[in-house]
Order: sequence, then structure tokens, then C-alpha cells
Amino acid sequence: MREERSDMSEDDDGGGEEKDSWAPGLGVAGKSRGAPDPLPPPLCDQVLENVIENVLQFLSSRRDRNAASLVCRSWYRAEAQTRRELFIGNCYAVSPRRAIDRFRCVRSLVLKGKPRFADFGLVPVGWGAHFSPWASAMAAGYPWLEKICLKRMSVTDDDLSLLALSFPFFKGLTLICCDGFSTAGLAVFAEKCRHLRLLDLIEDYFEEEEYEVVDWISKFPQTTTSLETLGFDCLLSAVNFEALEALIARSPALRQLRVNHHVTVDQLRRLMVLAPQLTHLGTGSFRSPEEGEGMEHEAHLVSAFAASRSLVSLSGFREVAPQFLPAIYPVCSNITFLNFSFAEITAEELKPVIRHCHNLQNFWVLDTVRDEGLQAVAATCKDLRELRVFPLDATEDSEGFVSDVGLTAISDGCRKLQSILYFCQRMTNKAVLTMSKNCQELVVFRLCIMGRHLPDHHTGEPMDEGFGAIVMNCKKLTRLAVSGLLTDKAFGYIGKYGKSIRTLSVAFAGNSDMGLRYVLEGCPKLQKLEIRDSPFGDAALLSGIHHYYNMRFLWMSSCKLSHRGCEDVARRLPHLVVEVIRDRPEADDEAVEKLYMYRSLVGRRNDAPPFVKIL
Amino acid sequence: MATGSLAGEKDEHSLGFEETELRLGLPGGGSGGEGDVGKNSGKRAFAETIDLKLKLEAAVDTKDMAAEAPAVKMKRSSSQMSVAASATGPEKPPALKAQVVGWPPVRSHRRSMLAVQSEKPSKEDGERPAGSLAAFVKVCVDGAPYLRKIDLKMYRSYQELTVALQKMFGSFAGVSSSCASRGTNGGDSMNEGKLVDLITGSEFVPTYEDKDGDWMLVGDVPWEMFVESCKRLRLMKGSEAVGLAPKSLEKCKNRS
Repeated sequence: MREERSDMSEDDDGGGEEKDSWAPGLGVAGKSRGAPDPLPPPLCDQVLENVIENVLQFLSSRRDRNAASLVCRSWYRAEAQTRRELFIGNCYAVSPRRAIDRFRCVRSLVLKGKPRFADFGLVPVGWGAHFSPWASAMAAGYPWLEKICLKRMSVTDDDLSLLALSFPFFKGLTLICCDGFSTAGLAVFAEKCRHLRLLDLIEDYFEEEEYEVVDWISKFPQTTTSLETLGFDCLLSAVNFEALEALIARSPALRQLRVNHHVTVDQLRRLMVLAPQLTHLGTGSFRSPEEGEGMEHEAHLVSAFAASRSLVSLSGFREVAPQFLPAIYPVCSNITFLNFSFAEITAEELKPVIRHCHNLQNFWVLDTVRDEGLQAVAATCKDLRELRVFPLDATEDSEGFVSDVGLTAISDGCRKLQSILYFCQRMTNKAVLTMSKNCQELVVFRLCIMGRHLPDHHTGEPMDEGFGAIVMNCKKLTRLAVSGLLTDKAFGYIGKYGKSIRTLSVAFAGNSDMGLRYVLEGCPKLQKLEIRDSPFGDAALLSGIHHYYNMRFLWMSSCKLSHRGCEDVARRLPHLVVEVIRDRPEADDEAVEKLYMYRSLVGRRNDAPPFVKIL
Repeated sequence: MATGSLAGEKDEHSLGFEETELRLGLPGGGSGGEGDVGKNSGKRAFAETIDLKLKLEAAVDTKDMAAEAPAVKMKRSSSQMSVAASATGPEKPPALKAQVVGWPPVRSHRRSMLAVQSEKPSKEDGERPAGSLAAFVKVCVDGAPYLRKIDLKMYRSYQELTVALQKMFGSFAGVSSSCASRGTNGGDSMNEGKLVDLITGSEFVPTYEDKDGDWMLVGDVPWEMFVESCKRLRLMKGSEAVGLAPKSLEKCKNRS
């Protein structure tokens, strides 16, 4: 599907899913509000339509396609006939029926469900985003479907079975942050999907008991397979290694393999020997279960890596034993993506590795490498585009091993940086300002100062100026996440300068309604806004009425909203679904604990659980 | 916030096993609301939420721990305990910094994976932090789509464990609040702050698998013994917990 797994968690390429403009009053020809056009066009138009279809099939960007579909009915029909990839950013914004009615020839579907804050436990279990209705609708409507990518959806084993049985040409399944399925479902899927090329499980949730685990790897067809990508590094249970080995041996097309932490370094070596053509490798535990295996293993491992001349992406290292790290030296100069974010290594252990990684573009790492480690990265990785620094100890009182020093070093050394995610405890406005000046290519800036309301640790001031500099100086910025002590002033900056911002994430910030108002009134491109624990109330919420139809969603939790305010919005914007989610069963609470609202073509959903109230 | 209806549930759900069941209760005997941080109520609620057996064996300990608990909680950093009752309420004043749900925003997958890694004993080179001192156990809640791992050594009592579990699964299971109807002194506060399945309204019963592979109700044994023998935790739906108590009773008799 796509090369880098990081893509899906980044902001998307465009706002328009399969919907067109959201001005209900406009009689734009071809705009989809009801059933597709029932009358066939006259003959000469039909010829023209064929021509247009032939041209439009080359359009791949969905934003371009959305624009083309607005030109006239003819183009609308032609575009609908030729769209092969369907992207739906919110599964509740449209119904399966409508999607299938409009786009008849879809081969690939991307579908997203729960709001992102569900990843952090803020959305109760059972909220929704069930894949089943989509699965059954598509089984009927898209017999030629080849690829599905789901993010934050609830997928059952039955769904997997249905997929495997309904689509004879099915090639690829990617599940990201999904839940609800088990190895039993994987087993059916592996067995029935005879031409499968891609199965990628990325940070999914598994809930099985150990006795329930099924040997799904053995269920792949026993003949030569078409597998190109197999990723299961998030799987909690161990897979049958012999079966995995045999599978790799009969999968000559395999290019990407990501195994889970149960695979030892010696097992990894055996797999690598079978698949020297790999381009992407998830290395599993990267340690040996026995002590003192020593030199022999290491030497063999080195030669396995040396033989893997095509490797460009490395991940895994779940329990890395540092003595095995030198084994990857032979491939370091080729790799563009290195994921050390589960490797508890120090700066000293990182340096000899990173020194070789001249071509690194995406680097994910744990903060155990400290500022010193980041300095080493900055010294070598001049081509770095994306950096993610995760915390070993993800609590707000944790020590935090990286700081403004590391951030400054990175900004000095990696001028091409486009995307950064940085967890720390100590930060300064100056460092953030420096980054805003050095890294003009920044598209994504996500800084998480873990302690709540922490100010600039040199000056004691709020972090307003730092974030202000980011929005002011980084003209390409589309995604921003703020943290630390922030006043309304910061939001004033965002509203004033953040004209390209599409995704904004706010936590424990702001003083008053003005903060949110600045953003809603100032950021015309805003599509996704998620806010938690900030003092924004009804007046602020209402100030965005003019804009909510342009947005995919708004999430506000632990703010100062009331039912009255939310009902007001719901009343004024009939195409907005306004969900109030309650954690506790008290029904009479006027205060709204969690608000999730989104535009929709199909009104309120019919699968809302009891703790969700749709206004 | 208390509702009278929940007060009556105790009799229906207790199954006659009051003495052996642990009710998960909030510190301070509080409901989900604010203002229940009072240290006065801490001690009482603790004693009330642990069953009678525990009281007999470790009465002195529990009282001491409860008394020092508020102070200790203030000092301890990077702990999963909370000082105040409600974690999901609106912003607390900074002095009462409670750990909140989902902050910092790190996916549970990452949190639990790193916890798994720390669990493995560090044989070589000390490249792991002191993992051997931890007691990591998996926690699963019936119906929740993710497993969590917690380090039992981070808690010093069932109460602290309770609070941590509420933090972890607070967005999934609600907390029933019925203390207001209970009266202040003594009384039966077993009902307070039980973890409640939001969908069915039935209570969660905390159980654990011990070293022998048996499933026991949490709270039967002194805390230290529990930490040593607990292999994994499971919050079961109340209806499924029937039949556990007699076994655990026997086991305890056999032990002592």
C-alpha cells in the first residue's frame, strides 16, 4: 500500500473525502446529496463522457478528484466511475450504501473510525466504528475489491472471514489501531485469501487468553504465495516459528517482514537467510534467550545483514541486547527508516550505529538516548525528515531524558526536518524558536511537555512565544500539537499565523474562551481539532458555527461545555452529528464531559451505545 | 451524584459472600465528585473496603498505611497513585496533582510493550533497569479491547491498586457512587465506587490467578502475599464470579 507506516498517522492529504462542498444552499451541479443521477446522458454526451473517463482515470489525488467532480454532471459521473481508491476519514460521515452507489468501481478502501483520543483511553469501549456493516455492504457492492486499510475500527473475526470469502481478488489488508479480532480471525483470513499480497497489523489490540491463540501462520496456502508484506509486530502471542520459516521460504515476493517480540535474534537470522531480498525488516526482540551465546551468533548475524542488500527500513529491537547492534552496520548507510522506539539504549550505544546512517530520513527513538544521542543524530543525519522521540516513562512526573538541548541540536543539524514528535519534561521558548527558524520545511510539529502546565524551564514564562514562532515561521505547517503552560496568547498566534493548519491538538492549555475563539475564527483550513482539559466553554464553541461543516471533527473533553451550548450547535447545524459521551451513568449532569462532533451526510448513527447521547 | 438505587444493589449482588468479596472503593469513601479528598475519610474507607479477614490479620498495618498514605502519595513521583478521588473530572488545582487518563498521550500498546520488556530479568550487562524488583502482571477487564500490565510493587495496598485500576480502565468502566446514602460512620460502604460496566450496569469483580493457577478473589490474603502469588489480574463481570469464593475460602483455610 504505502511504504512508510508513519503515513497513516500523519495528517491526510486533503479534507474532502468523498463529499463535495458543504454549502447546502449551493446548487452545484453534480454535488451529491441524494441518489446518483438517474437519467442517462444523451448520446453525444456519452462519447464525451467516455473521453473524460479515459482522462480522469489518471487522476490519483482525491482532492483533485473532488474538484473534478464539481465541474458538471458529466464530470461527476465520469469521476465516480473512475475512482479506484476511496478514502473515508470518518466512517460515520457517510453510509456504505451511499458510498457504493456513487463510486461503483472502487478497488481500494481506506476507512477510519474512532477519534484519535481513543488511543489514549478517552473513548469508552463499545463506542462504535464497527466494520461489519461496511464489510457486508462491500461484499455485495465491490466484488473486485483488492485492498482495505482500516484505522481505529472495530473488526471482528467474522468480518475477517467475510473479507476472505467475498473478494476473490483480494490483495491487501492493513489494520491500524484496530480491535475486536483475534488470531482465530487471522487464521480464517490467511487460509481463505488465496492471492494475498499484504497483511499488515500495526498497533492493533489483542485480547485473547493464551489458550485461545490459534496457529494462523500455518494456515497460509501451502503453495508458493504471493506475499509481499507480512507485519505482525504488535501481536502479543508467539507464532509457530517453524511454520513462519516455511512460509517465508515459499514466499519469493516477500519484501517487508515485521515479526513480533517473541522472535529471537537467532530465529531472525534464519528468516533473513531465507529472504535476503527484504527491503523492510521488523527485527523482533533482537536478543538471544540464552546467556553467553556470544560471538558465534553475532558473526552469523552480521553476515545475514550483509547479505540483505536491499534493506531500507529497520524496526523492532524490542528487547535489544546491545552486543547485537553492530550487526546492522552493513545496512546502516542504506536505511532511510530506523525505528528504535522500543530499544532502551543509551547515547553510547546509539552513537556507533547512527554514525553510519547518512541516508536516514525517518528516525524513531526512545528518550533513553538523551540529548547527547540526539546530538549524534544531528551530526550525521543531514537528510532527516522525520524524528519521533518517545518517553521510556510516560508519566507526567517522570524524569524526562531529553530537553531543549536535544531539540536545538536537531534543529541545527537537520535542516530538512519536516515532521517532529518530541516528548520531554524541560523545554524553552528559545529552543522552539530556534527550530522554527532552522527548519523551514516543517509540516508537522508535535511537542509534548509531559508535566502539565510546565513553563519555559529557564525563564519560567509560558510557552506562548515558542509555539507562536512555529506558526509564524513555518509556513508549511499543517499539523500542530501544543503543550506546556500556555495562555490565550498562544492561541492568538495560532489564529493569526496558522493559516495552513489542518490538525490541531490541545491539552491543558489556555485561559478562557478567547483561546478557542482565536483558533476557530483564524484558521480557515482547520479540519481536525482535538482539545482536552482546557477552559473553553459554550461561547467559544458557538464561535465556530461558521466553520464546523468544513471540518472532519471536533473533540472536546474535560472543558467547560454544557448541554445547552452543545444543543445550540446541534440545532443550528443539522448536518452535524453532536455526540455527548458520558463516562459515568449520571444522566442529569448539565456539564458535558466529552463532546465529539462531526459532519455527516447521513445524520445520526443508529449504533450508538447507551453512554452516547446524540443531540 | 449518588443514586439511591445503587444502594440496594449490594444485597442482590453480594451472593452472600460479603466477607470474602473485595469491593473496589475510592479513597476517602467518596463518590466520583470533588471534595472527597479529605484525609479524615481516607482511613475509614480503607478499612471498610477491605474485607474483615484482612482487618484481623493486618489491622495495625492497614491503619498505619492509611494514615501515612496521603502524605506518601504527595511525595511519590512517577507513581500511578492518585491523591484525589476523581480523575476524569474537570481540572484540579495544581496542588492536588492527580494522574489523569491518557496523559501523556502515549498509546497503550507502547506503554504495555515497554512494561513487558522491563519485566524480563536483566541477565546481561545490566542493560535493563532493575526489572527483577518489579512484579508485573497482566490486567484484563472483561470486554476491554486491550490488556494492560502493571507493576504490583508500585502499590502498597489493595486500595492503591484499586485506584490505579480505576485510572487505567476509568474510561471503560464507570464508577458507581452511592456513598451519600450510606451514612458516615462504619456502615457498609462496600458498595462505594465499585467498578461498573457502563453497558450492562453489572459490577466488576476483581480476581487474580495465583501461582498454582487457581483463580481467586482479590482481597483474600494480606497484600504482600498477594503480590508474591499473583500472576495476573482479571476484572470479571459479576455474573461470572460465582463459585470463586468457596474455593478461595478453602484455600485460605488450608494455608493457615
